[in-house]
Amino acid sequence: MADDGREESLGTDDDSDQTGADGSLNNTMVEEGSTLMRRMEICVAEAEKRSGKNAVSMQETFTVYLIETRPMDAVAEGHNPAPDCLWRRYSEFELLRNYLIVTYPYIVVPPLPEKRAEFVWHKLSADNMDPDFVERRRVGLENFLLRVASHPVLCNDKILCYFLTEEHGWKEAVYETGFQAKADSRLRALSATFRVRNPDKCFMEMKHYSDELQSHTSQLLRARARVADRLYGVFKVHGNYGRVFSEWSAIEKEMGDGLQSAGHHMDAYAASIDDILEEEEHYADQLKEYLFYAEALRAVCRKHELTQFELEMASQDLISKKQQREELATGIVRTFSFKGMTNKLFGQEAPEQREARLKLLEDLIAEGEETVKEKTIERAEHVEKAWVDIQRFKEQKDKDLREALINYAVMQISMCKKGIQVWSNAKECFLKM
Amino acid sequence: MSISAPRGLASSGQKPITEILHPLSAAEEPLSPGPDVTVSGGRDKEVGLTNGTPVETPSPASASVLFNRLQLDDDLDSDGRDPYADTETHDLFVTVDDPKKHVSTMETYITYRVSTKTTRIEFDLPEYSVRRRYQDFDWLRTKLEDSQPTHLIPPLPEKFVMKGVVDRFSEEFVETRMKALDKFLKRVADHPVLSFNPHLNAFLSAKDLNKRQGLALLSKVGESVKNVAGGYKLRVRPPEFCAMGEYLDTFNQKLGTIDRIAQRILKEQSEYLTELREYGTVYASWAGSEEELQRPLEGVAGCVTTCCGALEDMSENMGQDFLPVLREYILYIESMKNVLRKRDQSQAEYEGRLEAAVLRKQEDRTPIPAEVEKCQDKMECFNADLKADWERWQSNKRQDFKQLLTGMADKNVTHYEKCQAAWESLITLLQDKQTEDKTIFHKSLHEVFGS
Repeated sequence: MADDGREESLGTDDDSDQTGADGSLNNTMVEEGSTLMRRMEICVAEAEKRSGKNAVSMQETFTVYLIETRPMDAVAEGHNPAPDCLWRRYSEFELLRNYLIVTYPYIVVPPLPEKRAEFVWHKLSADNMDPDFVERRRVGLENFLLRVASHPVLCNDKILCYFLTEEHGWKEAVYETGFQAKADSRLRALSATFRVRNPDKCFMEMKHYSDELQSHTSQLLRARARVADRLYGVFKVHGNYGRVFSEWSAIEKEMGDGLQSAGHHMDAYAASIDDILEEEEHYADQLKEYLFYAEALRAVCRKHELTQFELEMASQDLISKKQQREELATGIVRTFSFKGMTNKLFGQEAPEQREARLKLLEDLIAEGEETVKEKTIERAEHVEKAWVDIQRFKEQKDKDLREALINYAVMQISMCKKGIQVWSNAKECFLKM
Repeated sequence: MSISAPRGLASSGQKPITEILHPLSAAEEPLSPGPDVTVSGGRDKEVGLTNGTPVETPSPASASVLFNRLQLDDDLDSDGRDPYADTETHDLFVTVDDPKKHVSTMETYITYRVSTKTTRIEFDLPEYSVRRRYQDFDWLRTKLEDSQPTHLIPPLPEKFVMKGVVDRFSEEFVETRMKALDKFLKRVADHPVLSFNPHLNAFLSAKDLNKRQGLALLSKVGESVKNVAGGYKLRVRPPEFCAMGEYLDTFNQKLGTIDRIAQRILKEQSEYLTELREYGTVYASWAGSEEELQRPLEGVAGCVTTCCGALEDMSENMGQDFLPVLREYILYIESMKNVLRKRDQSQAEYEGRLEAAVLRKQEDRTPIPAEVEKCQDKMECFNADLKADWERWQSNKRQDFKQLLTGMADKNVTHYEKCQAAWESLITLLQDKQTEDKTIFHKSLHEVFGS
């Protein structure tokens, strides 16, 4: 997770020895000369159920989340001003994220918490209205905002700023950016993946890695859910000991007290699994974040494929146009062309027509050269910026996942300690039998 | 304090306990308390015999008499110690171990070494070592049941095993069975009456058990009690025996439940183990595609594997130590209920005969036959033996279950300790790496920017 706490600075004025949001050194991550968002404390404080009419005028129930913001320097100076706040629902977060993905195709955009509960084990409700799910989603949305706000590039975005501060009018502002039109069509992206000839090797490796990351995290989440399910069964069956010891103690004289108390400990043991597994859900959420991050990483790689592909197409187009011009100029047909065919069949055209066509071609070639220039720049910029962000992502991922693993180990240790305590207590009771 | 409640003493002559000769000892031997027993003051110190005639008692070494010989102070259990611990004579030690497989043309079977150490004069030698198979134990138990029907005979492990399902020669099975046989023999050897049974003697000492040769010595006596006529109905069962029966029924039920719970836990643990193993492999395969995270992920995979091992050990233990003991007690309860039934029959017979005799006396003044008195004796001895054995059994049961349940708790604690250790060493590893990385990072910064 980016940060559990609410203290969050969105950017820094300094460079090298700056401690970033997560406490690590941040010197490579700050963009120079960018206009930074004012320091702001952000949190998603609450969730509430609302009812309203949706787009097709049907009654629906949905949850809204309260976003609170407060200027950081006021807090630092010891004032405690009331936070600004507004309510947003999940679909608005989605809209924000879609906007960011289109507008910053070279950034691995932080993911949102899952839309529907996946990888559930039997006890967890898959219902979106379930309070536990809503609570975990609240935390996930806060995490999303903190990650975005602490990203050196994304934090400067105006739309992000409005999202946090303008309850009404934000949606209009987003649509006004026209980002939807800029979005790459899926078909184009797909065809680029298949037909690109020389994608950058590093990006291809990264794309392959993103597939691996996705596959491994989802496997892990599934396996963990199954393990949780089974562990639940083991603990709960022990609860039966509680009942039978109690019944048995009724017919015993000296053994009765010891048995009865031991039975209580067995009940406690059986009950303890609920909290243990609830806590483990946090670990699962951390894994899920990176499952979705893998997709974001993949998207950046595919954007590279697209820019590369478009450059290749533009170059190819320019070459063929130049060839056409040559053929037209010299009259030598080197490649098959429809015009060549018709010339052969119906005879050559008149010199005025040829002149006109040559002029057209020259214009097209000039355009084409511009296009190639543009595409080259586009591609190069994307490669450069994306690579920077990918490195940043990589370091963040290594750090976050390592911490997640440590936390998981801590959780396991805590579970072991509880187990030792319960069984030691039970043993004391047995010894008194 | 002298003995207050009669413990089913022979009704022929209400002699004080001190005057009744132990049937197995010589006539002239004065009756003296055993070495472990405190004799309180104020008791009749007359330990001599008034006459040398051995009292006719139905069973030669009935528990009642022996206990009276050894435990003359009723208040022995007031200081909280187990009252029956001191009545063990501790002069007969037996062990069952060293299983060996025997293959012959007819069959394959396992024998166990039965070692005995004793100072008892009933044995010719102080030490014995013989080999016995399950059949021999079964023979011994049957003989004990026949010859000492008024006593609770400890149970044997189950005789029949389904050939296809259980491997009779697997290490685990043999180990479990051997432990149960050892327990059986120890319980018999510890029993103040059963341990003097000549069949036990033969079992422990004879080179070859010739099982067809019954020992005639006791069979007559045993049969007289066994052959209780069927037609007698019990009127009123004394409350203490009712309580015993009820206790046994409820206890049996609870044990059955505990057995089912334990089995269910084993099943759930086994399924958990399967998933846990898979879980570990996922971490390992993820490690393959990572660089920085490779070691942490492999570390987690290793921890999970360690936990799997610890769980496996615990489950194995439960299967081998816990469940067999439960099952054994269930068998014990069955045999005890049988003894209770026999007691009921003995009472029924006595009451029936008494009633018939009384009626005849009223009709034609026929005196009550000696037979009826004999029945009364039998019944009273039976009652006494049973009560004594019951208390013993309760005490042993308490010890056994205390041990069993603390064992179960211990195994669980050990399991969690192993897991905790594994995870703690992982954290150390991961956190060392973190500080290592930070140190390297700081170092390189200093190099670049100068101190």
